[in-house]
Amino acid sequence: MLLTTTINGRKKEILIKDDDYLLDVLRKEGYLSVKRGCDTGACGLCTVLLNGSPILSCSTLAARAQGKHISTIEHFPLEAKKFASFMTSEGAEQCGFCSPGFTLTVIAMIKELENPTDDEIMHYLNGNLCRCSGYVSQLRAIRNFMEDMKHENC
Amino acid sequence: MKIVNTSVRKVDGIGVVTGNPAYTEDLILNNNVLTIKLLRSPHPFAKIKAIDTSIALKVPGVEAIYTHEDTPKTRFTLAGQSFPEPSPYDRRILDEYVRYVGDPVAIIAAEDERCAEKAMKLIKVQYEILEPILDFEKAIDSHIIIHPEEVHTNFEIGYERKRNIASKAYAEKPGVDEGFKNSDVILERTYYTQPQMHAMMETYRSYSYFDVNGRLTTVSSTQIPFHVRRHLARALEIPSSKIRVIKPRVGGGFGGKQTAVCEIYSAFVTLKTGKPSKIIYNRKETHTCTTTRYGMRLDVKIGADLEGNIKAIDINALSNAGAYGEHAPTVTSLVSYKTFPLYDTVPMRFNANIVYSNTMNAGAFRGYGATQGTFAVESIINELAHQLNLDPTEVRMKNLVEPGDGKYITSGDIKKCIEIGKEKFNWDERSKPREISPNKVRAAGMAVTMQGSGIAGIDTAAATIKLGDRGDFNLMVGVTDMGQGCDTVLTQIAAEVLEVPMDKITIHSADTDLSPYDPGAYASSGTYVTGNAVIIAANNMKEEILKGASKLFNIDINDIEYLGTSLKVVDKIITLEEFAQRSISFEGMNQITTTGTWGGETSPPPFIAGFAEVEVDTLTGEIAILDYLSVVDCGTHINPNLVKVQVEGGAVQGIGLALFEDIKYDRRGRVISDSLMQYKIPSRLDCKNIKVEFSNSYEKTGPFGAKSVGEVVVNTPAPAIADAVYNATKVRVRNLPVTSEKVLMGILNI
Repeated sequence: MLLTTTINGRKKEILIKDDDYLLDVLRKEGYLSVKRGCDTGACGLCTVLLNGSPILSCSTLAARAQGKHISTIEHFPLEAKKFASFMTSEGAEQCGFCSPGFTLTVIAMIKELENPTDDEIMHYLNGNLCRCSGYVSQLRAIRNFMEDMKHENC
Repeated sequence: MKIVNTSVRKVDGIGVVTGNPAYTEDLILNNNVLTIKLLRSPHPFAKIKAIDTSIALKVPGVEAIYTHEDTPKTRFTLAGQSFPEPSPYDRRILDEYVRYVGDPVAIIAAEDERCAEKAMKLIKVQYEILEPILDFEKAIDSHIIIHPEEVHTNFEIGYERKRNIASKAYAEKPGVDEGFKNSDVILERTYYTQPQMHAMMETYRSYSYFDVNGRLTTVSSTQIPFHVRRHLARALEIPSSKIRVIKPRVGGGFGGKQTAVCEIYSAFVTLKTGKPSKIIYNRKETHTCTTTRYGMRLDVKIGADLEGNIKAIDINALSNAGAYGEHAPTVTSLVSYKTFPLYDTVPMRFNANIVYSNTMNAGAFRGYGATQGTFAVESIINELAHQLNLDPTEVRMKNLVEPGDGKYITSGDIKKCIEIGKEKFNWDERSKPREISPNKVRAAGMAVTMQGSGIAGIDTAAATIKLGDRGDFNLMVGVTDMGQGCDTVLTQIAAEVLEVPMDKITIHSADTDLSPYDPGAYASSGTYVTGNAVIIAANNMKEEILKGASKLFNIDINDIEYLGTSLKVVDKIITLEEFAQRSISFEGMNQITTTGTWGGETSPPPFIAGFAEVEVDTLTGEIAILDYLSVVDCGTHINPNLVKVQVEGGAVQGIGLALFEDIKYDRRGRVISDSLMQYKIPSRLDCKNIKVEFSNSYEKTGPFGAKSVGEVVVNTPAPAIADAVYNATKVRVRNLPVTSEKVLMGILNI
């Protein structure tokens, strides 16, 4: 089928098979930031935003993006780079394979939650697994990132 | 200049977080690359009588299907170890025998995954189904022989094919029997450590092609590019000079990628077809058909006097290699190598058999046997302390090693780690069980551990530095950064010695054509072994620059001073950029490149004292980790942030080992924990309070005083948590993981 969708603000028409998963279509189209960690929607690495909300592209049929807006991390160069600077200041990224999906989820969280507590942050991000970091450095990075945003908004 | 000992950001950090293409699969540029899938055995043990691929080959898009009849007969090991490898050469690319559920039967190369999978269903295999050994405790002297063929070993490793013994290990510090005679109390316990999955986020993958010069090139997510090249050469029966291995960014390894799990398949298909090919293991394959941590049964006997002075420890281990013997003689030896020196005055004896069984094969995993040894020894010392009514920290203070000149351990002090931990963790109060509500009890436990830094007397790494035409440097190394940050740490070391800012140095790692030799990233060697090589290369570079300047300016070398980004030539300052330009030009004809090579005579150990506080729900057995503290002595840090995150990550991986991670087989030998849903690794909510404290020391043989930290971090959680759970519930779980189910069964006395 012909998938008509918007990826990172640009309208696209892509010939797909009916049972193609969004992750495979995005990678084939060259959005290489989208990573596959599992095939069961369990790890969060393949997170992209569909109409602004995080979804798992490894378990979403590409056809479901018909007429909708998909965003990968490439769509948020400024936010991503800024968050990346807080991540790297903590040394929290380690192997970095889970980082793009994680960062997208953080970007969505910041839009969705107002002044989240640590518990709320952990709950929101619980579906994003990381085998390297031990998570606490990521929480430090998120806290610093949010603190910085607060000052910016003042 | 102070670049080492500071928390500079990782050189590749921003790029990977913002999703720049960097990993193996991102770098497959060819649109017509063949996709490889492996038909895998449904049986744990069988002989292939016949394979019919004729119908499968008719599926449109199928390029080729290979069976054991098409693959070379040479046997090899895939263990990433320096040549000659101690592991037995017991496998072929495809064998007529399959030895576990998932062992490859046929290699299918097709234009895409769909047709490869369609073809896979049409391959007809006739198996002679053989009776398997699924329980490794029944392997020795079974009537079933898992490797009926002759197997070559490079060393005498105790290989006994007919008894299913892949290797034996023995070590002794004299006085064990006498020690038991002089003991007031003797405990004998059996502990089990389970196999564990590495569960790195980037699964195993490789991509091969012929380059324009007709050389076979394999791009792989590996920790061991040089060993992979050697394995490929042997397995494919071609000279290693015809093979190039490139390692891009690696999305986690933890020792899994110290075994060449998948590279032989893409290299073989490309060699046969001449076409580019890729193999990407899915999560299910990664959790069922790769390698695991060695599972072990450890029978431990300890003797002590009533004051807690340990008189003797005797360990008998049975270790499960699974279907093949990768790392068989070496992993299990670390049970003794990393526990004997910790209790250096205690007579100790260690005896182990490493056996074959028809399960997924075991291999290297962060901690590499020290983890298993630590669980057994630290657990029985905790049990001893309870028996003698002594504080576990007190027993350790009486028996642990003290560093000293001329001793095996010259720097670092594990006792200091305990002291710091006791204070920071408020041990005296928290170690006692406290009922905080009718069914919730809190208590704490602790354990200590050590590891090494590189493999003494064997592994030797090199680093090459090139002075570029604009006065900047290229640092080339063969060690692999898989997230631990060695690219950054080595750049810091080079910048420190060369007295230039870090952005003047570009690191390249690793490509077997371009990088100097390095065994790879394992045995906690990146900072320590390769770091020392970088120091030598950088000092050589300074010397060569001075020599070059002396020649170029025709001035005595003693009248030139190296100032980093510039040179002082008598009373004139010349920038390094100007010197570099002139040096490589017709004027100087001198492209300066230097190399340093280093291997350690010793393997100085980092230490950790780990403290865990748990809360157990006595109605359900549910265990929550309230607090986990690692007190680390790993010398002087090159990059404190990276060290800290390594410690945090290792603690969480150790908590996974302690509480959840378990590979489940069904009755017929099939792994059923085959996804991240069934195989549970810790999530964010499982370990909220991971804390790190440091006890700093200075290791004379290390680069700027550094020792390793990568592996030691994973060892303490299991024994510390098991003892905390015992303190809270009086239930002693001796077989990992300490699940809620086991604890509840213990509470209910079932």
